[in-house]
Amino acid sequence: MAKIIAGMGTSHVPGVGAAMDNGKTDEAYWKELFAGFAPLRDWHKQNVPDVNIIVYNDHATYYSLDSYSTFTIGVAEEFQPADEGWGPRKVPVVKGHPELAWHLVEQLMAEEFDMSVAGSLDVDHGLTVPLSIAYDQPQEWPTAVVPLCVNVIQHPLPTALRCYKLGQAIGRAVASFPEDISVGIWGTGGLSHQLGGERAGVINAEFDTAFLDNLVSDPEANSRLSHTDFIREAGCEGVEMIMWNVMRGALNKQVKEIYRLYHIPVSATAYGAIILENT
Amino acid sequence: MTARDYDDVPGTYVLDSRQYRRGYALNMFLMSLNKAEGRDEFAKDEKAYMSKFKVTDAQMDAVLSRDYLELLKLGANVYYTFKLVSHDKQPPQVMYGKMSNPELSFDEFQAMMMAGGRPIEGNRSKKEQG
Repeated sequence: MAKIIAGMGTSHVPGVGAAMDNGKTDEAYWKELFAGFAPLRDWHKQNVPDVNIIVYNDHATYYSLDSYSTFTIGVAEEFQPADEGWGPRKVPVVKGHPELAWHLVEQLMAEEFDMSVAGSLDVDHGLTVPLSIAYDQPQEWPTAVVPLCVNVIQHPLPTALRCYKLGQAIGRAVASFPEDISVGIWGTGGLSHQLGGERAGVINAEFDTAFLDNLVSDPEANSRLSHTDFIREAGCEGVEMIMWNVMRGALNKQVKEIYRLYHIPVSATAYGAIILENT
Repeated sequence: MTARDYDDVPGTYVLDSRQYRRGYALNMFLMSLNKAEGRDEFAKDEKAYMSKFKVTDAQMDAVLSRDYLELLKLGANVYYTFKLVSHDKQPPQVMYGKMSNPELSFDEFQAMMMAGGRPIEGNRSKKEQG
């Protein structure tokens, strides 16, 4: 049987990928953040699962106004880094895991989550930056990936509770996968940030810290937050944090916090990361 | 159209059905800059390229003058607007600063972020701002 070994939450700010791709990580602006990545990367070196389910969002790359799905699972053999307007990132191709991906689609549909299925999906910084944060700059990514894309841009969005419940269903689906493989689940995006409008740059460390604390010990509190709570308190794009609820829902009730990183600023964002192990 | 409970959050443009309908053509034009062919054609003649999309004159003017805040007011979403900023090879902080009220330079916006970001106090509700 497949087993979820741990969950990671991480912001997926494109600037982090650009800093790595352009060799700027030693610059003063980036030094402290990348020093903070060191213990996280050490943990990832010791804990490489067979597959990572990466919950992320597309940023007007694959999806746009002409059609939008709430939850999408990528079932392809591989996923190419996308051209987001400045050419694709020069990072390895992301290898898929069609067996687990299709198992998730089938199990989640049976649990009444109506998933979209993507057989050809170019992945943007929302997915590739977390890989870079965890695994640095390898020739090939060390794990297969099942991309799970959530609409957090074009309202109406799935609720924070729906995301948490989806995570719980993913937990059950992984447990029923017949092969003995290890699985990681990552929630990405956030933490507080607003990129558009006169209020651009708004940060709320108190809200972010409460969200991270609740993620560990009271995840249901995070599932009761409304979209307006996120927009008002954590900025318009802070609503990405609902994707961390998917990750948390897939873990056991009791988890052990292994590592936490919180750093202001990365571009216009409060950067957050957390590693939670199932106990 | 239906009012939303986030309408009283100041300086915030949510991509909901209202913004979607206002900005459909504009966002689809911006989306086309994801492709190298679109970027090349736009670079050759911005106005001619945009006229292939059903953008309004006001939207076209806002693109030509890189008035990012006006673009949001006319229906653009910030993730689509990034395509224009990237095309211009500008760091995003240039756009963030230009949209800010009051307007901030790149350096001023960076300094605000380095100091902990724009404070949430006073920025939760239009009521707080009087």
